[in-house]
Amino acid sequence: MLHYLDKALAAPKPSRRSFLKMSAGAVGGLLLGVPVPKGASAQNGDDGLIQPFVHITPDNRVIVLSKHLDKGQGAATGLATLVAEELDADPAQMLVQFAPSNPQVYANLLFGVQGTGGSTAMANSWTQYRESGAAARHMLIKAAAEAWGVATESITVSKGMVSAGGKSATFGELAAAAAKQPVPETVTLKSPEDWTLIGKKLGRVELPDKTRGSVGMFGIDVQPENTLIAVTARPPRFGGTVASVDASEALAMPGVQQVLTIPQGVVVVADNTWRAIQARDVLSIEWDFSNAENRGTDQLIAEYRALLEQPGLPAGTRGAGAAKLSDAAEVIELDFTFPFLAHAQLEPLNITIEYDGSRARLWSGFQIQTIDHNVASAVLGIPFENVEINTTWAGGSFGRRAISDGHYTAEAAMIGKAWLEATGSARPIKMVYTREDDIKGGYYRPLHLHRVRAGVDARGNLSGWEHRVVGQGIMIGTAFEDFLVKDGVDESSLEGVNDTPYAIPDMVVDVHHPSVGVPVLWWRSVGHTHTAYVMEVMMDRLAAAAGRDPVEFRLAHLEGEPRLAEALRRAVEAAGEVPSGMHRGIAVHKSFNSYVGEVADISLRDDGTVKVEKVACAIDCGVAINPDNVVAQVEGGLAYGLSAILREEITLTDGEVDQFNYPDYTPLRITDMPEVSVEIIESTEAPTGVGEPGTPPIGPAVANAIANATGQIITELPLSKHGLA
Amino acid sequence: MISFTLNGQPVSVEVEEDMPLLWLLRDELQLTGTKFGCGVAACGACTVHIDGIASRACQTWAADVAGSEVTTIEGADSKAAAAIQQAWVELQVPQCGYCQSGQIMSASALLSEVPKPTDEDIDIAMDGNMCRCATYARIRKAIHRASEIMEA
Repeated sequence: MLHYLDKALAAPKPSRRSFLKMSAGAVGGLLLGVPVPKGASAQNGDDGLIQPFVHITPDNRVIVLSKHLDKGQGAATGLATLVAEELDADPAQMLVQFAPSNPQVYANLLFGVQGTGGSTAMANSWTQYRESGAAARHMLIKAAAEAWGVATESITVSKGMVSAGGKSATFGELAAAAAKQPVPETVTLKSPEDWTLIGKKLGRVELPDKTRGSVGMFGIDVQPENTLIAVTARPPRFGGTVASVDASEALAMPGVQQVLTIPQGVVVVADNTWRAIQARDVLSIEWDFSNAENRGTDQLIAEYRALLEQPGLPAGTRGAGAAKLSDAAEVIELDFTFPFLAHAQLEPLNITIEYDGSRARLWSGFQIQTIDHNVASAVLGIPFENVEINTTWAGGSFGRRAISDGHYTAEAAMIGKAWLEATGSARPIKMVYTREDDIKGGYYRPLHLHRVRAGVDARGNLSGWEHRVVGQGIMIGTAFEDFLVKDGVDESSLEGVNDTPYAIPDMVVDVHHPSVGVPVLWWRSVGHTHTAYVMEVMMDRLAAAAGRDPVEFRLAHLEGEPRLAEALRRAVEAAGEVPSGMHRGIAVHKSFNSYVGEVADISLRDDGTVKVEKVACAIDCGVAINPDNVVAQVEGGLAYGLSAILREEITLTDGEVDQFNYPDYTPLRITDMPEVSVEIIESTEAPTGVGEPGTPPIGPAVANAIANATGQIITELPLSKHGLA
Repeated sequence: MISFTLNGQPVSVEVEEDMPLLWLLRDELQLTGTKFGCGVAACGACTVHIDGIASRACQTWAADVAGSEVTTIEGADSKAAAAIQQAWVELQVPQCGYCQSGQIMSASALLSEVPKPTDEDIDIAMDGNMCRCATYARIRKAIHRASEIMEA
């Protein structure tokens, strides 16, 4: 970890509360320095009704300010739906803009800072955005009542029109007068039976633009006039540093403006991305690897295996723990190995910075704006309010943009600073990762090993469960450590095991978090990416040992978990009979407070590889705000998990990443895509996660199908290692 | 000087012969609808039409398009492209949307060539276009739907 970053985050580190306080303190006063107004009653109304989450313009548009990044998961449309529902707006008049960075107004209510992740966007905004819509509606009604001299009770609002008696007006016509009304202290939200938009199919607000080139939407497409491009040569081993550089050849290349050395590496600034890359290729750099991570993955796995033999940090105990294993009629013992994984989101990381020595503007698909904002301010040495953070649409993330150390914002800020010092120019600079930079750039899903010993008693019930996990904790050493790591145990390595909903009366869990210099990060569904696999493969083995049907065995251990049991039953029901020539596997898992069952039907090709033909899925995610988007997220989420188990793996040799680009880090293609059906279980519970919960069950469902087809128990991923993909 | 037709308009540019068309479009001509995904023709995000053929702009030299007709997503206005764009919205295909310029360019080239493609035709035409959000099931359905729209 770079020293100055530790420093930059020193203040937010101690606790969640002080993190917020620090961020808020840095802002100055409420809403200072951001283009969000100070309250409707203070507005003259010329710009319409302006509230922190909702603007109504005189030309009759309703603009929702999304505090959440939309990286394809549909958060923007979800928030627009919540506002439109309570406002009784016409969906056609809804627009979404990303909110400015201001943790006092736009914090994720579950994080305390402005940020998107953990499948929380709808869960934390559910009341807030509906109330914002209801408040704006109230102000429009008050304005109409005054203008028309009628009682507020006589006014109706429907599809963007306000009416009473023979009179009617659009929101836009009333916006200026509504802005002068006081903001209501409290509002009453609609009952579910009155919803006209929530739970219905509302098209995603930005999709027409996304079929026409997404012009100006993504960070990488931001290019203010005179923008220069920066590419960085980073050390080929994590933790390496620049010993010396000869840039003479690069500086002579066409279009090259500067070569800058910063703590992250050597940066070529040029007038065109290709020219910058060409010049980077001819830099002559000597690296210092004395503090680098020099181990390869073979060595790491050998060291992790040795740790499996030793007791780890105690992480959880139920009942008699492992002692019950001695009573078991059958004991299953398996070790599992999960590789490092890259997110490989299709839009490479990028960030544009314009810095004049006192103020900075930055553009990117920012995911935890409060961290990026603080990091930019700290690195540039200018006040928080002098930094403008512009969030763009993002070409995927899967966790990669939610960076707890703000590393790429820090790098861009370093480049902005070094460029200004070298040239005195405030030209905007866009730092762009190439695909190779991305694949080799770390922040991976950490390598994890598991060892499980679990038993069933003579009646075929679970009897004793001993579970050891070895893997880097992704929160350790980050700004989140103090509230997500307890007694050295990083829950993100254990979620899905330690809190398993299965009735396992006797269980003991421990963990090793080895210190490894490869940067690691959350990856769509985080710890569940490996814990669900282990739990659900074990459940199939244990069911077999008990001589019980795998569905019946699970249901018998889910008596206190009706929602999870129902997700399994519904997925199995939806799957119907096993098609001829196919083999079936099932899995069910709770994550991000949602419940997902998946049934995978596979066939084996002549060359012995696995073709996942069909997946039937059932999800309970509380109220489905936009059911079609839930389906889309589950389709994509399970395909993302399938992609990982088929062929994805990052390996290192002597500290260097072996893979370079999509030819050898190979995500799912259309030819690998199964037929998917997704059933949403009706619910009146508050909305829970949707972006991630589809991912965890697919791996074990496919593994269980392979076991049923061939008897082979896959405990080491990806499947390509075994000639199965 | 390299001269070609871009989205129906003649253009002449003074760039290195071996500059990839991708960067000529994005950085010199400010047409950012064509996306950078991998730079090695492995993801299809930069797909454009060169004389009607779906081609990867990241592995096409600027000199290679001299005298050719290049169409990018910004200029995609064929009957097939319009049907694809309509079907894409109807079936809510894009998620993050970053690959979709390339998907749409590949799919519209397919439909221009094969108005009623089979699933196998779709596999062959679209396998080079990666979608990390894995919108593939909807892409397949939407190509069939666009084919219907074109017939109507």
